[in-house]
Amino acid sequence: MTGLGNGLPRNGRPRTGAPVDLSVDCAGIRSPNPFWLASGPPTNTAGQVHRAFEAGWGGAVWKTLGDPITNTVSRYGGTAYQGRNVAGFNNIELITDRPLDVNLKEIAEVKRAWPDRAVVASLMVESRDEWRDIIRRSEDTGCDGLELNFGCPHGMCERGMGSAVGQEPKVLEEIARWAAEFATTPVIVKLTPNITDILYPAMAAQRGGADAVSLVNTFKSVIGVDHDTLSPIPSVDGEGTSGGYCGPAVKPIALHMVTRLGKAHEFELPISGIGGVQSWEDALDFLLLGATSVQVCTAVMHYGFRIVEDLVRGLEEWMREKGYAGVHDFVGAALPNYREWGDLDLNYKIVAQIDPSTCIECQLCYAACEDGAHQCIELPGPTRVPRVVEERCVGCNLCQLVCPVEGCITMVEIDTGLPRESWNDRVLKGTAGAGSMH
Amino acid sequence: MPVPTDRAETRFPDHRPPLTQAQARAEAGRCLFCHDAPCVHACPTAIDIPLFIKQIHDRNDLGAARTILEANAFGYSCSRVCPVEVLCVGACVYNAKGEPPILIGRLQRFATDPVIEKGVPIFEAGDPTGRVVACVGGGPASIACAHELIRLGHRAVILEGRPYRGGLNTDGVAPYKMRADASLAEVEWLTAIGIEWRDGVVVGRDVTWEELETEFDAVFLGLGLGADAPLGLPGESLEGVWGATRLIAAIKTGGEPAPDPDRIRTAVVIGGGNTAIDAARELALLGVPDVRIVYRRDADRMPAYRHEREHAVQEGVRFEHRLQPLAFEGNGRLEAVRLTALDERLRPVGEPFRLPADLAALAVGQGRVEALLAAIPGLEVRGGRVVVDPANGRTSNPRYWSGGDLANGGAEVVNAAAEGKKAAHGIDAWLRESAA
Repeated sequence: MTGLGNGLPRNGRPRTGAPVDLSVDCAGIRSPNPFWLASGPPTNTAGQVHRAFEAGWGGAVWKTLGDPITNTVSRYGGTAYQGRNVAGFNNIELITDRPLDVNLKEIAEVKRAWPDRAVVASLMVESRDEWRDIIRRSEDTGCDGLELNFGCPHGMCERGMGSAVGQEPKVLEEIARWAAEFATTPVIVKLTPNITDILYPAMAAQRGGADAVSLVNTFKSVIGVDHDTLSPIPSVDGEGTSGGYCGPAVKPIALHMVTRLGKAHEFELPISGIGGVQSWEDALDFLLLGATSVQVCTAVMHYGFRIVEDLVRGLEEWMREKGYAGVHDFVGAALPNYREWGDLDLNYKIVAQIDPSTCIECQLCYAACEDGAHQCIELPGPTRVPRVVEERCVGCNLCQLVCPVEGCITMVEIDTGLPRESWNDRVLKGTAGAGSMH
Repeated sequence: MPVPTDRAETRFPDHRPPLTQAQARAEAGRCLFCHDAPCVHACPTAIDIPLFIKQIHDRNDLGAARTILEANAFGYSCSRVCPVEVLCVGACVYNAKGEPPILIGRLQRFATDPVIEKGVPIFEAGDPTGRVVACVGGGPASIACAHELIRLGHRAVILEGRPYRGGLNTDGVAPYKMRADASLAEVEWLTAIGIEWRDGVVVGRDVTWEELETEFDAVFLGLGLGADAPLGLPGESLEGVWGATRLIAAIKTGGEPAPDPDRIRTAVVIGGGNTAIDAARELALLGVPDVRIVYRRDADRMPAYRHEREHAVQEGVRFEHRLQPLAFEGNGRLEAVRLTALDERLRPVGEPFRLPADLAALAVGQGRVEALLAAIPGLEVRGGRVVVDPANGRTSNPRYWSGGDLANGGAEVVNAAAEGKKAAHGIDAWLRESAA
């Protein structure tokens, strides 16, 4: 978590009023800011995409085109958390249910009206001939690129498309190769996260000749069960099926997968990051871990197109504060700090400190440490303010995470006087014992 | 006996309307679920407040009601009448955070309202022991005691000499907090566990303590306080001079016709406690244009809760400090109160003066029932209060237990409920011990 602080600008540039350039170039697809609408219900029609661009979105990936489908009702489910709706969201909706020629006509119209925005056609068909046909017809609209939907984990995958492709690197590679052969615009392969290691399908896309990958598509999921009817949710007349899960709840998993590709030396393609972005800080996380553009769907389904203002202004403000002139200056900037566990310093020590003047005496830190962690917090009395036993504190952070008062619990660095030493250092020296954290 | 539908209290709106389901879920979501929560410590009945709030949040409303009512059978009325500002809500850690504390009373009401209003059974009588206990007085202390005794397997018989069951909960609680019919509904719900009532029976008039000792294994004294205390000033018997609790009972139950607020210009309430505030607020809310509380001491010495005083000020009640009544004047009917100012040491100062008034209410305490209690052998009474062992409510006479206002000198419904329940366990322990 970062947040806009009051720290001095890193490069000594003026913090306010300085022009910052939010434009990005993702595999040759240019947009005035890195915020694209992901393929989905918000990009179903020209009317929506017009309004989105008016609101300030930098790009839009059109709702996936393909053979005609029929949708079920209902098709969406949400998880609420502590009074907040749509902490997680799932859908069993298929690709576009509108005729192909209507979509193509509208894509062309939108692109003509918004030449500076990225307009990407999302595609999902089966045979080589169908791919050739739909790529040619799509590119005739003047769109800036293509996204191959190898991600949807419901419905289409039962017909051998969507995640059925994304889960089979050989098939993925072959279709990517067809697309690269037929396309004159950049080809993005959209990956499913429903795999063991995202690097396998990502490398297949690279071998097939794709220009970029976008990730992640949705996670296979069941939202829950209606406790009266016993129908899985979302319910289609008392029955349900697995759908694709997305929204804020999935962001950390998506970030991991983006990071995995960002760190892999053999993987060289640009990344468009997707998964649970609601705020500028969410988007910034993706950019710092290697994404060049960020795609958003659920947050728009929840709050509408105008959230882009918060994304744009937040990113601008952060760039001014940190002295970055352009987005490409910091794409992937956090990746060097991402290490394997075995490379982390085992001699680094922090302990928790509780500020008694702001403590509200809820004792959540005590309960968490006592029952859920390492028994390092005591209740010495006579007040209800807990006390950290520094000698025992393992520095795990849990108390700080559960404390409802911002800034009340801080983690303070303790100088151990020991040099940096990682697990891998110990293995090299032959001093590593058995065991690891569970 | 149902209360008449045209009684004066029906003109009062609910001062804290019930939460909607959406409001309740959102409010419950704010609760931090504190460890060893201060709100629980602040509750005389130690309701597991974080648990019932989590149950509301997790949409287990009936479970929340069970959590509340198992700790406090009067959870329905307490949700409305408890001074939560000085109890659970006052202890909420959000106060220290500078944020609004959790609306615990209103969440409790959200959970308990449907149970009482729909008559949902929560409790069952325990396995019969064959023992029977008399509970004298029909207010919260006696009912809580009887209810718990029946859960423990004993029979319980309440002797109530007054026209309405429920004691002050029915005829004394401020009507904007709870109306008489709500109290009667709660009494009916509590009675359903198997409480036996002997209505209209006054101990000392209709039955003696000896007769009770013969018929019952134990006796619980839950008689509360006596009638409004007089000041002993000239003119107190004039029409228009009321005892405050008698006035409130008339407004609430209509058993005695309440004064017509349209015919009162000025009402003077004498006293500085919560009963004085209640009487004054009720008169002001009924439309009396000029309501004054006359109190001998300064504002910071008033025993009434600060939050209640603030409400009274908002409702237009005027506070007159360091004044003392000398006489009530009039010709058959009250026309004025003669008052004197007091100096810092509470000595009369200056010339006495007349304050024209159509109604005066005396809220200077309630009498005790000592004469009646004197007939119980060995019963220790101190300062009008029956002395009890705080651990189990037992009096100095081994067959008698007590709780509520009679033992604590006048506290809240929640205290009466806690003490009645505690006495029930004291009685139960003794009955089982003596049977063994």
